[in-house]
Amino acid sequence: MIVRLWGTRGSVASPGPETIRYGGNTACVEVRTDDALLVLDAGTGIRRLGTTLRQHRGRIDILLTHLHLDHLQGIGFFEPCFQPGVELHIWGPPSTTQDLRERLARYLSPPLFPVRLRDLGSRVSLHDVPAEPFTIGSATVSGEAVIHPGPTVGYRISSGGRTLAYLPDHEPALGAPSFPLSPDWTSGHRLAADADLLIHDAQYTEAEYPGHVGWGHSSLEHTWAFAVQAAVRRLVTFHHDPSHADDQLDDLVTHLQGRDGPEVIGGREGLGFSLV
Amino acid sequence: MSEPIERILVRHLGSRLAVPLFLVDSEGTLVFYNEAAEEVLGRRFDDAGEMSFEEWTGVFAVRNDGGQPLAIDELPLVKALRERRPAHSRFDITGLDGVMRSLEVSAFPLEGQGGAQLGAVALFWEAATP
Repeated sequence: MIVRLWGTRGSVASPGPETIRYGGNTACVEVRTDDALLVLDAGTGIRRLGTTLRQHRGRIDILLTHLHLDHLQGIGFFEPCFQPGVELHIWGPPSTTQDLRERLARYLSPPLFPVRLRDLGSRVSLHDVPAEPFTIGSATVSGEAVIHPGPTVGYRISSGGRTLAYLPDHEPALGAPSFPLSPDWTSGHRLAADADLLIHDAQYTEAEYPGHVGWGHSSLEHTWAFAVQAAVRRLVTFHHDPSHADDQLDDLVTHLQGRDGPEVIGGREGLGFSLV
Repeated sequence: MSEPIERILVRHLGSRLAVPLFLVDSEGTLVFYNEAAEEVLGRRFDDAGEMSFEEWTGVFAVRNDGGQPLAIDELPLVKALRERRPAHSRFDITGLDGVMRSLEVSAFPLEGQGGAQLGAVALFWEAATP
């Protein structure tokens, strides 16, 4: 399984000289297995990924964690959407009130976007993420609800004996009298348990978190505690706050590195991982 | 076995409330009650631990106003769980500390995405003496 980060920023795209190393594009991760191409979220990072797929024919699966704009805004700029030879499967969290097509169409329609979902040139199929694990090629995918405002899932993807966990927007410490509680009572634990690579929300510093409780994101210490409890091998910090410049992100990641526990890597655009 | 997110959120909410809260899963197993409920039920949750449906419906010696044992199906939490509707009632219990208390109990079902039955929640108060 090959994993590549195309957008690691949270909340809103934040390009500029101060974010050039970690990148300013919002959430998008490419996952390649022997027989499948999965795209995790469709933030603005998906645009550049699309430029590498101009010759692609066949199936692409886009797995949306939720439909906040920083995870969706790039989808209309993903070139394979307009390629007739592409079979596009879009997965998203179920909702009790509207199906996935209705919710996606709120963005992919005027006045917010000029092209309607039904007018994309590729063959598009939409799927609610099922409650049970499902397969995409040889990969097994689990999607489970996690703590974040609105219907939101995290994903666990296993292929070739390796496992990636992706929880880009997650506040497992919300309301917990102490964090973490036991694994059974910790949001997202089953998705992340024993993963080879965990990509996890790390939006806030410890000083910032108290002012943002309930916004659906984690402090770095919460992220660390979650990763340690889940016994993951490598932790990639993700969903960086738009106000955090490169030097500050370096400091935040450095603060976690060298502790007993998983290897910590600051999530940067372009970074790749080979899980073999 | 991981708890579903809805029950985790209810537990976290309950841990911060001053109103007694009692949470059961879809099988009726008691999986949590909060500190406020500990005072009414007469034992800390950490000491009592999880209880099966049969255990918690039998251990509190529930009685109606006339002092007669209350049928399990009449308990608001059981109605919420089995009939998937809110329910309210007043009755007496004998806590695990041996003290009898009169309670007002409101219960509601926990239904998740796709109609998933996730259990039920009861909120309760010590009833004012008539």
